[in-house]
Amino acid sequence: MVLSAGDKSNVKNVFAKIGGQAEEYGADALERMFVTYPQTKTYFPHFDLAKGSAQVKGHGKKVAAALVEAVNNIDDLAGALSKLSDLHAQKLRVDPVNFKLLGQCFLVVVATRNPSLLTPEVHASLDKFLCAVGTVLTAKYR
Amino acid sequence: MVHWSAEEKQLIAGIWGKVSVEQCGAEALARLLIVYPWTQRFFSDFGNLSSPTAIISNPKVRAHGKKVLTSFGEAIKNLDNLKGTYSKLSELHCDKLHVDPENFRLLGDILVIVLAAHFGKDFTPDCQAAWQKLVRVVAHALARKYH
Repeated sequence: MVLSAGDKSNVKNVFAKIGGQAEEYGADALERMFVTYPQTKTYFPHFDLAKGSAQVKGHGKKVAAALVEAVNNIDDLAGALSKLSDLHAQKLRVDPVNFKLLGQCFLVVVATRNPSLLTPEVHASLDKFLCAVGTVLTAKYR
Repeated sequence: MVHWSAEEKQLIAGIWGKVSVEQCGAEALARLLIVYPWTQRFFSDFGNLSSPTAIISNPKVRAHGKKVLTSFGEAIKNLDNLKGTYSKLSELHCDKLHVDPENFRLLGDILVIVLAAHFGKDFTPDCQAAWQKLVRVVAHALARKYH
């Protein structure tokens, strides 16, 4: 699946509009993921996952920062996410299905916080982008 | 059989009571065809699906979206018997319509996003969890009679 020029432009626009709130979006997406898909909690036995957890907020910030970095290097996702790709393959080994779950939650967060931003076309572009990120992060798994 | 807590039923009913079936149904189906364009394969007789604008304003898309979401309403009235409620529709989707059940999952996820956009902050994490469970269970019920 290839990101068109239009997709890249849509995604960049979304993240420009989200701006400094990206961290909140990240934390919100993670919280929703843990509540909606409890099996995802199995990757965080060392975390306090209660509502409002500082660890979840902190991790949401990390996830958001990675997405922002990906957007800023959208022409070379593999390059931009190479280190994270290694990390997920060698250490974290999060099953690939979970990236779709987090992606769904991120889309829901954008929808709840910025519905006018998520036109059908932007929805499509953002979904493609999140899929592409998941693909890169799992690319070195085997 | 799927177990629904009182809270889940409340979260589902609370949202459903405020949903415009016609509007949300049309939007959900349109987005399915736009975000996952390969799903257009089932609608070759729907006329113009050549662009997002065409899809959104296509009257057959809107009508069918309303039909699909109306059926969801039946599910919500029969949460304790989804298998029975969807038995005939499951056979229809398998034998006549030849729809891969994966498409039910895709539409379910899209519906959740449409609801999220409509309800904003009111679509809390617990709300999302209840609705993702509902769409997952409906998809499962629709796939149940496949052979």
